[in-house]
Amino acid sequence: MSDTTSTTAMVAPVTGSGALVLQLKNVHTFYGAIEALKGISVDVREGEIVTLIGANGAGKSTTLKTISGLLAPKVGEITFMGEKISGMKVHDVAAKRVVQVPEGRRIFPRMTVEENLGMGAFLRTKDPEGVKSTLELVYELFPRLRERRAQKGGTLSGGEQQMLAMGRGMMADPKLLMLDEPSMGLAPVVVETIFETIETLNKAGITILLVEQNAAMALAIADRGYVLETGSVVLQGPGKELLHDEKVRKTYLGEA
Amino acid sequence: MADTKAAAVMPTPTRKKLPPKTIVAYSILAAVLVLVPVLVQSATGWEFIVRIFVIVGIWVLLALGLNIVVGYAGLLDLGYIAFYAMGGYAGVIIGQAVSHWTGGATYFLMLIPAALAGALTGVALGFPVLRLRGDYLAIVTLGFGEIVRICLNNNLFGLSNGASGLPYGNQVMALPFGAQWLQDNIRFQTPLGFFQFGPNMYWYVIVVMLVLGAIFVIRRLDDSRLGRAWVAMRENEVAAEACGINIRTQKLWAFSLGALSGGIAGVTFAYVQQFISPESFTFMESVFVVCIIVIGGMGSIKGVIAGALLIKGVPDLIQGLAVAGVLKMPAEMQSLMSNYRFLVFGLLMVVMMAVRPQGIIPSSRRARELLPEDGRILAEEDMQEWDVENRANTEPDDV
Repeated sequence: MSDTTSTTAMVAPVTGSGALVLQLKNVHTFYGAIEALKGISVDVREGEIVTLIGANGAGKSTTLKTISGLLAPKVGEITFMGEKISGMKVHDVAAKRVVQVPEGRRIFPRMTVEENLGMGAFLRTKDPEGVKSTLELVYELFPRLRERRAQKGGTLSGGEQQMLAMGRGMMADPKLLMLDEPSMGLAPVVVETIFETIETLNKAGITILLVEQNAAMALAIADRGYVLETGSVVLQGPGKELLHDEKVRKTYLGEA
Repeated sequence: MADTKAAAVMPTPTRKKLPPKTIVAYSILAAVLVLVPVLVQSATGWEFIVRIFVIVGIWVLLALGLNIVVGYAGLLDLGYIAFYAMGGYAGVIIGQAVSHWTGGATYFLMLIPAALAGALTGVALGFPVLRLRGDYLAIVTLGFGEIVRICLNNNLFGLSNGASGLPYGNQVMALPFGAQWLQDNIRFQTPLGFFQFGPNMYWYVIVVMLVLGAIFVIRRLDDSRLGRAWVAMRENEVAAEACGINIRTQKLWAFSLGALSGGIAGVTFAYVQQFISPESFTFMESVFVVCIIVIGGMGSIKGVIAGALLIKGVPDLIQGLAVAGVLKMPAEMQSLMSNYRFLVFGLLMVVMMAVRPQGIIPSSRRARELLPEDGRILAEEDMQEWDVENRANTEPDDV
C-alpha cells in the first residue's frame, strides 16, 4: 500500500503552537472492498479550529466516523492526547470526551429540548454542578433553545435542531468537538449564526474539528485546513492561505 | 443495579408530596383490589373468578416484563415465553429437590432461582442476538422460544420429564406458608354471602403484590438513566451512541430485566397450577403477550393491565362461566369458541391498528410517535440520508 500522503502538495508547513490533541497517521478505512480513505494524516492541536473540506464522496464524513469509532481503520493509527483510540467502540471514544455532532441533525425528536441536552451529559454523572453550568452556557449561546426548552426536539426548525445538536455536543464538556456538516440544508442567515457560534466555542477553549462542504465559510474561520479528494489529502495549510489558493478557489469556491 | 438507581441525567423537578386527590385515588384503587374478589366470590360462590384474576395478574406481570423489552427498548421479542418457561421449570426442578427442607417456604425461596434463570437466559440469548435489529431479531427470538419448548418436550438432560410435565406423578408440590391455615380460619359472612379465604385468594394476594412491585420498579426505571438511555436508543441509535451510551449494554439490561420479570411470572404460574408442562409455553403464548402490549398500549403500564384483562381475562371468563354452567352451551360450542378466539384477536388487532394504533391506554411518549401532529417528525425520519443531504437549501420555517 503506497503512502499517498507523500504526494501531497504543501501550501505551507504544518505549524501549530498548542500540544497535539488528535493525530491521524496514514489512516486507511474501507467500506467492504471499497477503500474510502487512502492513507490520511491529520493533526489537530489544542485550541485550534481545523477543517476538512472537499466535494461529496471525498471522505470527510468517513474520516470523522473513523475517529469517533463508527468505523475502524484497516491500516494506520489514530491517537488522542497520546492514547490510541482507533479500534475503540463509539461510546468509549465518547468517554474520552471526543464528541461528535453527527450530520443530518440527529437529535431525539420526541424528547424535549432540555432532555436532549441532558442526554449529552449522559456520562457526566459525577459532576452535577458542572452540568448545570454547561447548560447555562449553552442557553446563553443559543437563547432560542432556552425559549423552547420544554418543546419537543422534532418540532424545532432545521436551524434550531442544528443548534440543539451542537448544544448537546457541548453538554459532554468536550476536549475535542467534531462537527459534521453543521451548515447542511440551512438558510444562509442561519449558517452565519452557526459559524459565529463555532468561533465563540473555540474562543472558550474548545478544540474543533469541522467537516464542511461550505469551503469558503469553513476556511474563513479555520486555523488550518485539509482539502480531501477521493480519500486523500491533496492540500493542507492555514485556513486563510487555502482560501486564497488558486486551486481551492477554482475547485471549491466556484471561481472560473 | 447501581446503574438504574442513579438519578436521571437532568435534575428532574423534586418529587412532590402526593396531592390529596392522588391519595384518594390510590385508596379507592386499594379498596377495589381487596373488595372486588372478596365480594364477587361471596356473592356468587365461584372461586374460579378469583382464579381468573390470578391468571390475569400473572399475565400482567409477564406483559410488564415484555413491555420493558418491546415498549421501552424497542426490541421486538417473539420468544418471550421462553423466559417464562425457564423461570417456571427452574422454580419447580430446584423447588422439588429442596422442598423437604424448605416446606411451605419453597415458592418464596424459588422466586430467586426463577428470577435468575430468567435473567441469565435473557443475557445468554442477548449476547449473540442483540446485534440484530427489527425483523431479524424477532425471527431469532421466535426460534429461541421454540427451541426452549422443544428441549423441554424432549426431556433434555432428563430434567423436564418431557411432555408429561412436572412434578413427577408420585410427587406433590408443597402449599405455601399459611395457605391451609387461612383457608381453615378466615371465613366470614359478607352482606352478599359467605366468604372463605381459599388458595386462589391466597395467590391473588401474592400476584397483586408482585404486580405492584413490578409497577414500582418500572416507574422508577422510566425516570432513571437506564430509562432515558432506552428512549434515546429508540429515537436515534447513532445520536445515542454519540452521547456515550453503550447500546449493547443497555439492550442487555432491557433483555435481562424483562426476562427476570418473565421468570418470576413463570414460577408463580407453576406453583399456582401445581403443575408445569411444555404445552403452556407454545408460540401462541408469546403472541398473546405481544398482543396484550400492542392492544393495551406500548410502553404504558395501565395499557398493559387493560390489555391483559381483555386478551386473557375475557376468554377465561367466558370459558369459566361455560364450565360452571352459567352460560348454557354444548361442549362442541365451547371448543368452537376457544378456536375462534384467535380469529377475534386477529380481527381486534386489525381494527386497533386502523382505528387506534397507539393502543387502548397509550403512554404519552409512545403515543406521540403515532399521532398526526407528529407528522413532521415522521416525515423527517422517513427521509433517507440522501434527502437530508440534498434537500433544498432553505426551508420555509427556518429561523
